[in-house]
Amino acid sequence: MKYLCLVYLEKDKLHAVPDNECMACGNGFRTSGVLVAAEALQPVDTATTVRVRNGKTYITDGPFAETKEQLAGFYLLDARDLNDAIHMASKIPPAREGSVEVRPVRELVP
Amino acid sequence: MLATLIRLLGDFDAAEEAVHDAFRAALEQWPRDGVPANPLSWLVSAGRFKAIDAARRRKRFDALDDVGEKADVAVMDTAAWADEESVEDDQLRLIFTCCHPALAPDAQVALTLREVCGLKTEEIALAFLTPPATLAQRIVRAKGKIRDARIPYEVPAREDLPERLDAVLRVIYLVFNEGYAASSGQQVTRHDLSGEAIRLGRLLVELLPEPDAQGLLALMLLHDSRRAARSSPEGEVVLLEDQDRALWNREQIDEGTRLVERALSSGRSGPYAIQAAIAAVHAESPTPAATDWNEIVGLYDVLTGMTPSPVVELNRAVAIAMRDGPAAGLEIVDSILARGELRDYRLVHAARAELCRRLGRTSEARASLERALALTRQEPERRLLERRLADLSK
Repeated sequence: MKYLCLVYLEKDKLHAVPDNECMACGNGFRTSGVLVAAEALQPVDTATTVRVRNGKTYITDGPFAETKEQLAGFYLLDARDLNDAIHMASKIPPAREGSVEVRPVRELVP
Repeated sequence: MLATLIRLLGDFDAAEEAVHDAFRAALEQWPRDGVPANPLSWLVSAGRFKAIDAARRRKRFDALDDVGEKADVAVMDTAAWADEESVEDDQLRLIFTCCHPALAPDAQVALTLREVCGLKTEEIALAFLTPPATLAQRIVRAKGKIRDARIPYEVPAREDLPERLDAVLRVIYLVFNEGYAASSGQQVTRHDLSGEAIRLGRLLVELLPEPDAQGLLALMLLHDSRRAARSSPEGEVVLLEDQDRALWNREQIDEGTRLVERALSSGRSGPYAIQAAIAAVHAESPTPAATDWNEIVGLYDVLTGMTPSPVVELNRAVAIAMRDGPAAGLEIVDSILARGELRDYRLVHAARAELCRRLGRTSEARASLERALALTRQEPERRLLERRLADLSK
């Protein structure tokens, strides 16, 4: 089953973990065959929110909700179960600085 | 039986339904055909087949249902559940799944009482003074998360065991305390919950004889042994030093003391065992005056090293007051309060009042008692504090 691990960090901690450490983590996941995808994100100041209401597209600057921690990146991992996923999430370096939200992926019903 | 069916069917709700169906089948067949040689195996197989039937019926309507697939696999798995060991493991798996840290703490408690102890939702709701609908929703949500996030039905791996066992012990102790010192309401104790917690603790020690589990069971037994003495027939609180020690339950004390000794001799006992050892020192003293306060202070020193907390410090201060006199204890209590900790904790003010009283500082004792009174929410405790306040004026 796939789990999306969302990495959250406070603004001043966005660079607390060196990039090469994050790359090493991603490479480790790739080598053990559990990595589906992983990316780091630009800070939330660069975000644009898109909504469509009554067929009209509304574009606003910034994220939908203001929170203390912001989404800094993600790992999409293939895990046996939640325990396995929690184990992998605890290996993600920014978990030491911020938090990692582990969300099971929902299969779409055709 | 429920625990085994959850493993075989991989679904809490399907397993619960299967248990009902199996008992219904037994009620029909056993009077007619006689009781089978192994009633438990009979019930488990009956439950399993009923569940497979149900899943196949549903499958016709819902192609995506995976209960049926799991159940089919279980059928081919030739009665692996039958031996006693795997049935015991199932109970342990069930406990660890219900107390999984990915579930909200109140949901862990509700689910454990429901699935492991077999309490009805209404009974749990009543014990925790929670509306039944809220509690039912909590359970439904927890079961949903177990299914959708795929919380595995397993005993954790050795490396995760200490942390996960802590979570289980926390749930059991919470249930015990809710029963032992009901945080609000009319009565001092709610017996059923303490009894359930002790039953759970015993089951855990039987399945997983870890020092921490033994320590917790000992602690619960030693506290519970004072049940008959800690409230008067009128429902008033009786403090430890005023309790009639003849009313203490010797059987529970003996069992608790044996468990403490076993836990301590392992050399890797945790805070529950130390707290139980403190309770055992009290239990072994024929009178309050004969209490070995030096031993108790020493145990609190060990406990402070393991889990430093202002509440432990407060208890240590009370023990020091008993050993070295009230002034020594008061000094520590005041230093805790000066740090701004425990200011809203009623017991710190009650303890301070008692120490001031013994030192003849009556007006300070009164002020502290009034502060404690303002913070208490439990009726018998309020009456005790009022009696002590009235005694001050005598």
